[in-house]
Amino acid sequence: MKQIVSKEAFNEGLAKLLTEYDIYGPVRHPYRGTHSDTDKIQYQQVHSFDEMEWDEKSQFSPKSAVLPINQLLFYFVEDQWLEASETMRKILVFLRPCDLHGMKRMDEIYLNNGAPDYFYERRRKMIKFVVVGCKETYRNCFCVSMGSNVPEDYDAALNIRDDHFELDIIDEDLAVFAGREADFDIDYVTENTFSIEVPEEVDSQYLAEHDMWREFDSRCIACGRCNYVCPTCTCFDMQDIYYKENEDAGERRRVWGACMVDRYTDIAGGITFRSKYGSRMRFKAMHKIYDFRKRFGYNMCVGCGRCDDACPQYISFSETIEKVGAVMKQKLNEEDPA
Amino acid sequence: MTNEYIPQAAVIREIIPHTEREWTFRVETDGTNTKPGQFYEISIPRYGESPISVSGYADDFVDFTIRNVGRVTNYLFDLKPGDKLALRGPYGNGFDIEEFKNKEVIIVAGGTALSPVRGVIEYAYYHPEEFKGFSVICGFKSPAEVLFRDDIERWKERLNVIQCVDGAPEGYTGPVGMVTAFIPDIEIKDAENLQAIVAGPPVMIKFSTLELQKRGIIDHNLWVSYERRMHCGLGKCGHCKMDDTYICLDGPVFRFTDARKLFD
Repeated sequence: MKQIVSKEAFNEGLAKLLTEYDIYGPVRHPYRGTHSDTDKIQYQQVHSFDEMEWDEKSQFSPKSAVLPINQLLFYFVEDQWLEASETMRKILVFLRPCDLHGMKRMDEIYLNNGAPDYFYERRRKMIKFVVVGCKETYRNCFCVSMGSNVPEDYDAALNIRDDHFELDIIDEDLAVFAGREADFDIDYVTENTFSIEVPEEVDSQYLAEHDMWREFDSRCIACGRCNYVCPTCTCFDMQDIYYKENEDAGERRRVWGACMVDRYTDIAGGITFRSKYGSRMRFKAMHKIYDFRKRFGYNMCVGCGRCDDACPQYISFSETIEKVGAVMKQKLNEEDPA
Repeated sequence: MTNEYIPQAAVIREIIPHTEREWTFRVETDGTNTKPGQFYEISIPRYGESPISVSGYADDFVDFTIRNVGRVTNYLFDLKPGDKLALRGPYGNGFDIEEFKNKEVIIVAGGTALSPVRGVIEYAYYHPEEFKGFSVICGFKSPAEVLFRDDIERWKERLNVIQCVDGAPEGYTGPVGMVTAFIPDIEIKDAENLQAIVAGPPVMIKFSTLELQKRGIIDHNLWVSYERRMHCGLGKCGHCKMDDTYICLDGPVFRFTDARKLFD
């Protein structure tokens, strides 16, 4: 159902939904950014549209709404384990098309790679998505090159206009907004400020031995920010804690993991794989544009550009993809000069 | 929806020390669906979880041979028979004995990596007539670090077993040298159909597979067991991924035709 909704009516609708839903959207926190005099924009619970920030890209993706940064799995008391409860309320997440595409990748890992993940599935079932159309591209975005600019499979979609909204409701449960019917298309960008060519043919074994990654051995500082801001990085670490007052009781949690960070590959006996930061960069890059595709049929990276925004060393992931493309082209030329 | 993350408490029936820091924990749990080469996530609440290979199994117990090198294992070494630990599994594909029956078999294993192949060797010990030949080369750092001593002596009765050490003090009379040094001497009747298994640290896998290839063993019949950080065992946490392969789901046992394409 497509309708034009006034700002007041939209917030009234949200208020109705709030009785059943927890609503998540990007929120600006002035002066809370990493650097002085910068703001932080991250996903959290909101209660009205005005709390949400859409003028600028959120530095963190909405994945925290689906996969909490720190998720309690169970409590242990002596040798008994008590499963942690999950919210009984429904969840509504407002997000951009690239991030919605990111959710498809999260689902792929957590629901389709092996048996469905119990804790992910339990929360995921409660979640619906409202995609917010993009009229203009943000800085560092390359969604068009990754094919994740067009919104797909949403429960509702929204165009933000100066004094009203265009709202397309797919899921009946969300049809609580007063407005008049109208016809429109949900916005999406057809070009970003730059485009890249993702190489079709990637020889990951050849690339693993290529010296193109050595530049990152010293440039990268293995802080993992690119992982934490990525809407498609799904890795986690297990973490146990116990209560100070009673060491026989505690919790097991999972927390976001990062392949760029030390200890990611460590195994017993002091063996580490990929100790060089450039090799970690390669591992991450290959996952995003090659081996996920080999396993599931489409690229993992959605081109949101947050890794480029976040890198303290100004390493550009999109440029790295281009470099991979150039190396592969050169290899093909050498093999077949014609 | 089953919750795979919640472990089961299991009683330790017996602790069998091999060396000062390598012990086998015999744990009371259903082993009827367990295969050699699979692994469990053993956990000590408060300290975390570790993926540990199955080193033996029966209907009512599973053995884990553990080296005391980390937080979880450190705690395990304080436990006594009758104490409980927590486990979930088995995970991974493991070795399928059927692939090896009626064939010549060579197993090359280094140190604690004897665990994942021990079940295969035990089967051959009890059913030697089901194989056309069965050789084991197992290497350890030093005579003091030899694991499964009694088993190895027992296996020697029916199988061709070479137990070597990388280095030994003056006066040691057993074979000394890397496992790779003993591969050229194994008698082979039909290299093309011979099945070989290599389990051990990455460097050992690299050079042992090379030696076995030199003996004419084809990659399709060469099996390796990989050890990576199988943190969740369920294909979710990402830590054990190599290229597009999840060691916990697709492995840890691979034919070398697949394994040679894997890299970190």
